[in-house]
Amino acid sequence: MSADTVTQTESSRAREPYGLVAGFDKIDEFLDAVRAVRRAGFTKWDTHTPFVVHGLDDAMGIKPTKLPFVVFGAGLTGCAAGIGLQWFTNAFNYQFPISGKPMFSLPANIPIAFEMTILFAAISALIGMLAFNGLPRLSHPLHSSRLIKRATDDLFLVSIEAGDPAFDPVTTRELLESLGAMSVEAVEG
Amino acid sequence: MSTSAPTAVNVLDNTFDDPTRRAPLVVGDNDFHSVTEAVCGIVERPKAPPAWWIAFFISVSITGVLFAMIAYLVTTGIGVWGLQVPVAWGWAIVNFVFWVGIGHAGTLISAILFLLRQKWRTSINRFAEGMTIFAVVCAGVFPGIHVGRVWVAYWLAPIPNQMSMWPNFRSPLLWDVFAVGTYATVSLLFWYMGMIPDLATIRNRAKSKVRWFIYGVLSLGWRSSNRHWHRFEMAYLLLAALATPLVLSVHSVVSFDFAVAIVPGWHTTIFPPYFVAGAIFSGFAMVVTLVIPTRKYFHLEEIITLRHLENMAKIMLATGMMVGLAYSTEFFIAWYSGNAYEAFTFLNRAFGPYRWAYWIMVTCNVVVPQIFWFKRMRTKIAVLWVASILINVGMWFERFVIVVSSLSRDFVPTSWGYYRPSIVDILTLVGSFGLFMTLFLLFVRFLPIVGMAEVKGVMPQAHLRDVAVQGHGDYHGDILTEREERNA
Repeated sequence: MSADTVTQTESSRAREPYGLVAGFDKIDEFLDAVRAVRRAGFTKWDTHTPFVVHGLDDAMGIKPTKLPFVVFGAGLTGCAAGIGLQWFTNAFNYQFPISGKPMFSLPANIPIAFEMTILFAAISALIGMLAFNGLPRLSHPLHSSRLIKRATDDLFLVSIEAGDPAFDPVTTRELLESLGAMSVEAVEG
Repeated sequence: MSTSAPTAVNVLDNTFDDPTRRAPLVVGDNDFHSVTEAVCGIVERPKAPPAWWIAFFISVSITGVLFAMIAYLVTTGIGVWGLQVPVAWGWAIVNFVFWVGIGHAGTLISAILFLLRQKWRTSINRFAEGMTIFAVVCAGVFPGIHVGRVWVAYWLAPIPNQMSMWPNFRSPLLWDVFAVGTYATVSLLFWYMGMIPDLATIRNRAKSKVRWFIYGVLSLGWRSSNRHWHRFEMAYLLLAALATPLVLSVHSVVSFDFAVAIVPGWHTTIFPPYFVAGAIFSGFAMVVTLVIPTRKYFHLEEIITLRHLENMAKIMLATGMMVGLAYSTEFFIAWYSGNAYEAFTFLNRAFGPYRWAYWIMVTCNVVVPQIFWFKRMRTKIAVLWVASILINVGMWFERFVIVVSSLSRDFVPTSWGYYRPSIVDILTLVGSFGLFMTLFLLFVRFLPIVGMAEVKGVMPQAHLRDVAVQGHGDYHGDILTEREERNA
């Protein structure tokens, strides 16, 4: 495993623990574990999967994201900006009298307004997603975990933070082990 | 077709047509880890294979030709091309429309097929999106240099300048600037966002600090968190929903460049849908042309399977027929409208001095795809590859026919002439292929060419073992929601 060669936390120095990470290699067991962890009343916990597992949001109780509203707002802004730009440049600041056509007419302005709507909305979708996720964040305690390196490959993880009120180093580890985790790892903060 | 129900993982031929069986999209004895290995293995080779270096050397040399031709053009003037009035739009516009069209397949695969829940897109979407970006880069070169005085190309954008003038927003040429600019930006965002989890996969497998750092920065610290995946998926869905009307609009706007003019043969309302169908047609042909050697060379046959190629052949057949329908509709309207100029233009196209180009176009675009009615042809890789190249040739000629045959016979017969490209025209087109291939080879060497996270999500292993309790849908690995569990 390449994990050991890169960015290994020095375990000799006593540091605040970040929490526990448990790895599962079967989706069925993973799902049962997710439900059990939620039922146990944890609040500062997460799961890590190599791909989108449908229904997992529901099992974890994740509330729908507000991202669509942000994107909608950005789209409207883009549309207004597109129309405003055309009005300002061609009808107000530098008038284009062409063949007696009106200085400003909506139909001729639709293509640009449409493109600007899409452009603003698309950029806000990416940036909004990253902002809500707190990314980019290049340094995070979990990156020193051995297991998390396999969460981009073939392993499904449950991570519970030590800061969780229900967290206890011994009983939480026992809980995760009893749920069939193939490996439980303590991650330092 | 075998009657015994094979276990999904070890089926090798997945091109069967039995609707009661779900065709596996990854064949062979693969699991999540083997997919990671197969895709990351390409990027992680310590040294590029010799064939890659040879191809790269050739491509870079040809790109050099492109830049030499551009330098010659800029220092000498637009007269080095074969342009002459009334054919003031020559190969530069032909090449521009051709390259923009190529890009469309990538967005169709990544956005439209996503909304339509075509799971097979996962194996080829990254690849096709990459192709889109490189094609748009090549396309962008041509209008930029076609303006003649490239140092004032910024006049295309609404930037305040010393003349206190603004561009004319009623011009389709300006719409083009916005449409292609938006398309390039959104395609890039979509491509990059989809790649973040896969870049994290490469980062996590890094064996050197440099790789860890570079791919770490590129993956923005992605840690596979499901709370992140939740918003990621929403952003992906939104981008797909935004890119779908966008891709349809881009070639429509490109076609407005022609349709809004009054030149017979251009001034038709059929142009937007006709251009979009042609764009998707040529784009799929280019995906097939590129994917066949790539999957063979990098041993990705189990991920980019025969079924994927067959599906693309079917799309080429469908879009080829649409293009054929557009050709015949144009002829019908030329006759039915009773417009003498229109009728002359189309007879001139098919039987005039450019008839050779017209019949190359019809043969490659309408006749060649007909072989895809036969499954044996759709699943024969050599046939598919040759046909895809012929389609690309045909689609280039389609744009040539539209641009040149109409312009060279305009309203004043004294100005009629025969347009010939100059050697600079030809070398510039060849050079643009060099640029395209150079970018493509760099992509293959340094970035994940298959969307691993998406492919894993459609593998049989991503589903619950106990089929009896499988939840809603099967687009991703599905698990029962709490509500469904309560109802069960």
